[in-house]
Amino acid sequence: MLSPVNVSLESLNLITLAPMLIPIVGALLILVIDIIKGGLDKTLYVVLSILFLALDFGALLDAAGVFTKDGIVLGVFNVMLIDGLAILSQFIIVATSMLFIPLALTNKRFHEFSYPEFFALFLFMIAGFQFMVASDNLILIFVGLETASLALYTLIAMHNRDKSFEAAVKYFTMGALAAGFYSFGSMVFYALTGSIEINQIATILAANGYVDIGFVLVGVVFLLASFAFKLSIVPFHTWTPDVYEGSSAAMAGYMSIVPKIAAFVVAMRLFEFLIHSNVVWLEVVLYAFVVITMTAANMWALVQTDVKRMLAYSSISHAGFVMAAILIGTTQSNSALFLYWILFSFTNLGSFSMLWISRQKQLPGYQKTDHSFEKFSGMIKTSPMAAIVMAIFMLSLAGLPPFALFWGKIYMISSAVTSGYTVLALIMALNSAIAGYYYIKLIVYMFMKDPIESNIDNNGELYVANATTALKTIIGFAIIATIFAFLAIDPLLEFVTSFVYNSGY
Amino acid sequence: MLDHILSILIFFPALAGVMGFMINKESMRAYGVSVAFIEFALSLWLWFAFDNNISGMQFMEHLPLIPSFGINYILGVDGISLFIIILAAFFTMIGIASLTDTKDVKNMIITLLFLQMTMIGVFSALDGIVFYVFWELSLVPMLYIIGAWGGPLRIYASVKFFLYTFAGSLVMLVGMLFMAYFFYQATGVWSFAILDWYRLILPESFQLWLFAAFFVGFAIKVPMFPFHTWLPYAHGQAPTIGSVILAAILLKMGTYAFIRFSLPLFPDASVYFMYPIAVISIIMIIYTAMVAYAQKDVKQVVAYSSVSHMGVIILGTFALNVEGISGSVFLMIAHGVVSGALFLLVGVIYDRRHTKLMSEFGGLAHVMPKYATIFGIMMMASVGMPLTINFVGEFLSLLGFYQQSHILTLLAGIAIVVGAIYMLSAYKKMFFGEVTKEENRNLPDVNKRELIALIPLVLITIWLGIYPKPVLGPINNSVESVVQLMHNKATSEEAKMRIPNVSGVVISKTATKEAH
Repeated sequence: MLSPVNVSLESLNLITLAPMLIPIVGALLILVIDIIKGGLDKTLYVVLSILFLALDFGALLDAAGVFTKDGIVLGVFNVMLIDGLAILSQFIIVATSMLFIPLALTNKRFHEFSYPEFFALFLFMIAGFQFMVASDNLILIFVGLETASLALYTLIAMHNRDKSFEAAVKYFTMGALAAGFYSFGSMVFYALTGSIEINQIATILAANGYVDIGFVLVGVVFLLASFAFKLSIVPFHTWTPDVYEGSSAAMAGYMSIVPKIAAFVVAMRLFEFLIHSNVVWLEVVLYAFVVITMTAANMWALVQTDVKRMLAYSSISHAGFVMAAILIGTTQSNSALFLYWILFSFTNLGSFSMLWISRQKQLPGYQKTDHSFEKFSGMIKTSPMAAIVMAIFMLSLAGLPPFALFWGKIYMISSAVTSGYTVLALIMALNSAIAGYYYIKLIVYMFMKDPIESNIDNNGELYVANATTALKTIIGFAIIATIFAFLAIDPLLEFVTSFVYNSGY
Repeated sequence: MLDHILSILIFFPALAGVMGFMINKESMRAYGVSVAFIEFALSLWLWFAFDNNISGMQFMEHLPLIPSFGINYILGVDGISLFIIILAAFFTMIGIASLTDTKDVKNMIITLLFLQMTMIGVFSALDGIVFYVFWELSLVPMLYIIGAWGGPLRIYASVKFFLYTFAGSLVMLVGMLFMAYFFYQATGVWSFAILDWYRLILPESFQLWLFAAFFVGFAIKVPMFPFHTWLPYAHGQAPTIGSVILAAILLKMGTYAFIRFSLPLFPDASVYFMYPIAVISIIMIIYTAMVAYAQKDVKQVVAYSSVSHMGVIILGTFALNVEGISGSVFLMIAHGVVSGALFLLVGVIYDRRHTKLMSEFGGLAHVMPKYATIFGIMMMASVGMPLTINFVGEFLSLLGFYQQSHILTLLAGIAIVVGAIYMLSAYKKMFFGEVTKEENRNLPDVNKRELIALIPLVLITIWLGIYPKPVLGPINNSVESVVQLMHNKATSEEAKMRIPNVSGVVISKTATKEAH
């Protein structure tokens, strides 16, 4: 006979679930509204999503307050783990989503936004990511990861073009493989330690002095491969440019930020103790991953003829750059990771939004792809404001001071310097110089080439064809954050460092 | 207002640039000239208020930016940077005033105003990161000026310029981060403030590496041989105004940074690298002089001669004594005035004939006497005739280095004679002899607008050549304190010997006076 389980509701600490439950409730509400009265306009769903995300953000602020007061909070049979990393990454996830969702309010009509399911799936996805970062239980991480990923595949496919189906299937196949790797790796660790909680695994392995180092390495290989897929680390990056090309520009920008921060947090939890356990092999492999990802992705980006593909490779390179934080593994580097990603989210979402507002339905003859470089020729002559905004985003991505990403970059390089990774610091710096070339290439097209005839005639309408007030607001917000980031670095840095430090990373 | 004059000097042109978007295209030139004139007047006021007897920093401003990481907005000027700031304001003014008919003149003037902000920012920043911000930011307007208004190869030239300097300065950035980290290790506080770094004495092995990291950034900017290959392209393709600003101000950022960073921060490494750098500068002087002699394009002659003279500046800097460094700072001003003027002069003839090939000219002295006279004066100044501005700087630089090595100084002196050869031969080809081409017979002489830009330059060239003291005095004052700082900080015997003890010299001077 099973004995009844007695658990007091208080010990569950259900409040830790609140931030994840809010978007789930929102998603269900959207579905219910659709059942009751179909055919409603997308504006309703956009605003509802924003409202629920705002509630979510409020719940996170609350959690942050609790964390600063009481430290790390566990809940729901110790499965939920609300620490600094979880809170910071959820802030990034929710804030970026709030910036992303108004991008649905385009001037032209796009297929996917007419379905309420799009918004429901979107909110489910956010809940998935939130579960993923707010736990150190390998199974819950897996559940969160798959919830989010499956929703994301569907969102890509809903863009409803040939390339989008290709992208979704490609992403799905790769994602399924990564999921397989992940479960295999977790299984090895479970077999070794009898636990699926990362901190338990770390304690047990440390206690027995890594006797089964061979099996540990097998487990690490599988987990590393699965995260490399999610983070698009070379050589597991091949899906990225195709998937970005197939999705809408807005979605591509979103994908380069949110899924990656979630994966970074899990990678940080997982690899931190392994790096500090002096598993030299892991350090070498991570070092190689970081250097190859930065450099190779930069090289590929040099030869792209489409701006969106170029940005796809550039975001691979940025992921490699940030991966260095996990390799270095100090409080400074982990804070640098969050600082970098916060600044990156503004800049990158802004630059993808600039592509999004210039999205055409029919391509003219001189343009082979949606956002080929030729399309932006002489943009300064026809729409100067848009050109300057785009140029500032590019300069920020290239790490030119005083724009946002520069500050993340120096803090990251500085963390390499302080922990004795001199060569790595130099490689990181020189990679920024290589990257400079392809960002400058777009600026060269926009500022120094002559515009194409048809664009002069319609006065650069092409570049803002898809723009509405909502989109312009988002871009305005991103550009102001990019230019004036230097005013906010100090409080941001202090906030991030205290959160990371107090979570023990 | 005087407390914040440096911030005003930096951000006034930027603010005016943003406002410039609202100005009507027709009135843009007048707007640009007025803004640049106000800026120049402010910079003169700065000179007026500057206390010549203080050797340290003046008009300092301090504002925390990222205090937890040691980044603060710190500004200040001393005798070394004061005149370069005035020069930057001056050249922006006459540059805008002498602008000929350009397409998109509005964009050009706004870009120039932004460029002015970054130039003045570089020379007044006293925090490593703030310095780096302006240093990097100065690339963007220049990229646009060369790339949008340049010659047929403009895009190649501008991108090469950008990437070359960008790559170099990133290495320098890593050096700066190391420097801040060492400061943190020594004191427990992060700081990028240059004056804080001055107090830090590093072991020689660290100095060597950091010197190398900073050197890459600065040497590309100067540009030193063998990193000079971007410069002829940039000059060759840039419009006149771009070349003028590039030669007169932007190149000075590198040599200025040597004096501001490399020498006082790494005195032992400076002594260690003195001979290699001197040899590089002499190669640079001789080699580029020879290359200049072989050019067919008059603008390339001026460009290579400008590189050649930058070699003398570096040589003077690495004399590591008061004469040499004062001379090199003075030569920076002189080189700015003279090569800026020469590029303006080349621009004058290019506007008339749309060619820069010397074979297309000949006998211009008959057709354009005023032009030939001004060109002649500037050419004489460029080869270092006594009583012109360049002579003072070159003489002091060589005098300074003579105390370190006689043979190398002799070689450098010969190289200056070579300089005279290519300049005179270029002048001969263009101005003397018969008028060979029909098109040249009816060229109009310099007009009023061009004279407004050129006459002040001629006056400065001669005035400071005869009486350099108003400029040399403050420079000398500040350089003395830099040299003294280096002497005090030097750890190795050799460095103590090579870098003179200035206060000792002063004492002995007063002692001799008393004896009399």
